[in-house]
Amino acid sequence: MKIAFTAKGTTWDSMMDPRFGRTEFFLVYDDETDEFTQFDNRDVEGVAHGAGPQTAQKLFELNPGLLITGNGPGGNAATVLERAGIKIYIGAGEMTVKEAYEAYKKNELKEF
Amino acid sequence: MKEIVVISGKGGTGKTSVTASFAYLGGEETVVADCDVDAADMHLLLQPDFSKAEDFYSGEVAIINQDECIKCGKCAEVCRFDAIPIIDTQYIVQPLDCEGCGYCARVCPTNAITNESQNVGQWYISNIKTGSVMVHAKLAIGADNSGKLVAKVKNEAKLLAKNRNSDFIIIDGSPGVGCPVVSSLSGANFVVLVTEPSVSGLHDLKRVYKLVKKFNIKAGCIINKFDINENVTKEIGEFLKKENIAHISNLPYDDNFTKAMTVGQTIVEFDKGQLQTILTESWSKVKQLTINN
Amino acid sequence: MKIAIASGKGGTGKTTLATNLASYLAEKEEVVLTDLDVEEPNSGLFINADLVKKEDKFKMIPEWIEDKCTLCGICQKVCNFHAVIQLGTQILVFPELCHSCYACSELCPTDALPMIPQKMGELSHYHRNKLTFIESRLEIGQEQAVPLISQTLDYVDRHFPNEIIKLYDAPPGTSCPVIEATKDADFVILVTEPTPFGLHDLKLAVETMKELKKETGVVVNRFGIGNDDVLRYCKEENIPILAKIPNSRKIAELYSSGELIYRKLPEVKQQLDGIIEHIL
Repeated sequence: MKIAFTAKGTTWDSMMDPRFGRTEFFLVYDDETDEFTQFDNRDVEGVAHGAGPQTAQKLFELNPGLLITGNGPGGNAATVLERAGIKIYIGAGEMTVKEAYEAYKKNELKEF
Repeated sequence: MKEIVVISGKGGTGKTSVTASFAYLGGEETVVADCDVDAADMHLLLQPDFSKAEDFYSGEVAIINQDECIKCGKCAEVCRFDAIPIIDTQYIVQPLDCEGCGYCARVCPTNAITNESQNVGQWYISNIKTGSVMVHAKLAIGADNSGKLVAKVKNEAKLLAKNRNSDFIIIDGSPGVGCPVVSSLSGANFVVLVTEPSVSGLHDLKRVYKLVKKFNIKAGCIINKFDINENVTKEIGEFLKKENIAHISNLPYDDNFTKAMTVGQTIVEFDKGQLQTILTESWSKVKQLTINN
Repeated sequence: MKIAIASGKGGTGKTTLATNLASYLAEKEEVVLTDLDVEEPNSGLFINADLVKKEDKFKMIPEWIEDKCTLCGICQKVCNFHAVIQLGTQILVFPELCHSCYACSELCPTDALPMIPQKMGELSHYHRNKLTFIESRLEIGQEQAVPLISQTLDYVDRHFPNEIIKLYDAPPGTSCPVIEATKDADFVILVTEPTPFGLHDLKLAVETMKELKKETGVVVNRFGIGNDDVLRYCKEENIPILAKIPNSRKIAELYSSGELIYRKLPEVKQQLDGIIEHIL
């Protein structure tokens, strides 16, 4: 399954980005193929309104099974993710991506 | 790094004076952001040096190239904002009415309409007298205070705080309950509500708190001029209890609020008496509540 | 006659002036007071009148009809506000981001996005003796005040003839909502206080009204605090000072309980007379 992270950098040691809509990067890890990919989301900084839904739309195209993030998406983005059937785990805002993945594996993250 | 936002709903409750005092008490460790971009006042108390200034563009406005316009009137017909009247036989877009939806440009048969990004103000990074830095802005007249300039001010403040390894960002939030406040609140760790015991103060406090609740952010409240109306102060106290909002402090009605402002000082610099004591204690409490959160 | 009461800074006494002036005028003639500060409407707290009518105010937003949609993607492309998003085989609409420009709806080749009304706020109409009071209130979570202000102005125009005195309590600041609230006014009263904050924000308000080519006058509230810079500025700019309402704890106390101050304080009445004389 593909797992997406909101992150401030592009490596396993990068800090998570607690925000969803305005996250700087998405990192996607496929635990079946061990593939790790990065997507830049920084162009969303220039968006006044609707950053959440737009980011959610991008995430949808990456087609992950679940998302690990910090604060959890706002109402609009949550709607999009729900329609897209992406499960959301929150509370990893202050961790590195690696720590966030391990916390998820140990069932330490809350489902949104 | 923690983000503390000060808001009030209603204007004139002393929000900016309280925020500036916190900024002063926070000293070098605290980056300041003035997100009240429509009527930014905090610079009057913190003596910024405007060391960096940049224009800010947001949204679009339609412009009709008269040489290519065949005066078919399609643009005016589709415009839901009545922003394209005929002036001296020419179709001319009124920038103050244009929403920047771009519909007119899409239906123009001769592609005579372009959308240009709109200069909606300026933003600044300044060194201030607290030994720290401040990000502030000035919205252009009649510009759409969409919250984007607010978001820009906040993001720049965050970057600075990160680079300086600051403990706190203190943000003077916008009034009202619309887009700019929404932008000031997003991502905050703690909200300080500054209110006054008047029927309007309480009314607006309740309205703006509804919004804070939507963001799920912990809040505390300072009642300014609490002795103006003991009954309403009591009512506010009950509201805070019911909503589980920390009651940080009560400030008395005191002319030093205005006197400090008149000489361009924060209250904690000017007043050596009770206001200074209460505000100093309040800032400690706010920090504590923010960290424990 | 349309008179707007505005201020750059919030909390300078705009609502106090609007409600006192309206009530005082209504002792002699018909007056309509409209609260256009739809984000934080407060005038109603000071007005005792009976509800005549309440109506919901709507903005138009697109609604997706799946059966008609061919998923061509035009709607998403033409929306400058990111309010319409195509997600796989679905179209999602985000009402609070929508500016009701109709582009998606009218440019849709298969009419799959008809515009439907969505509640954005509520207008209330009150009346007692000679005073009519209109108030609109934006729903929490709705982000755009301008459409509601504009519909409220329409309501007042439709229901009351031009000869009646109409007072408008405008929102604070200098951005879109203020422009909308003042653009049809014959005269704009700017309320300020004699402090550095007051002066700074008054300057912004004056600039804004110059841009709109409005005739203005200034009311200095809490006169006696701060300094003389506001008076000096008005003189330089040739803006008449219509009234100086004294700073007093008594006024603050009356205001805090939702009471009208001119009824208790003759000196305030005198100041109101000065305003009326100048404008009417």
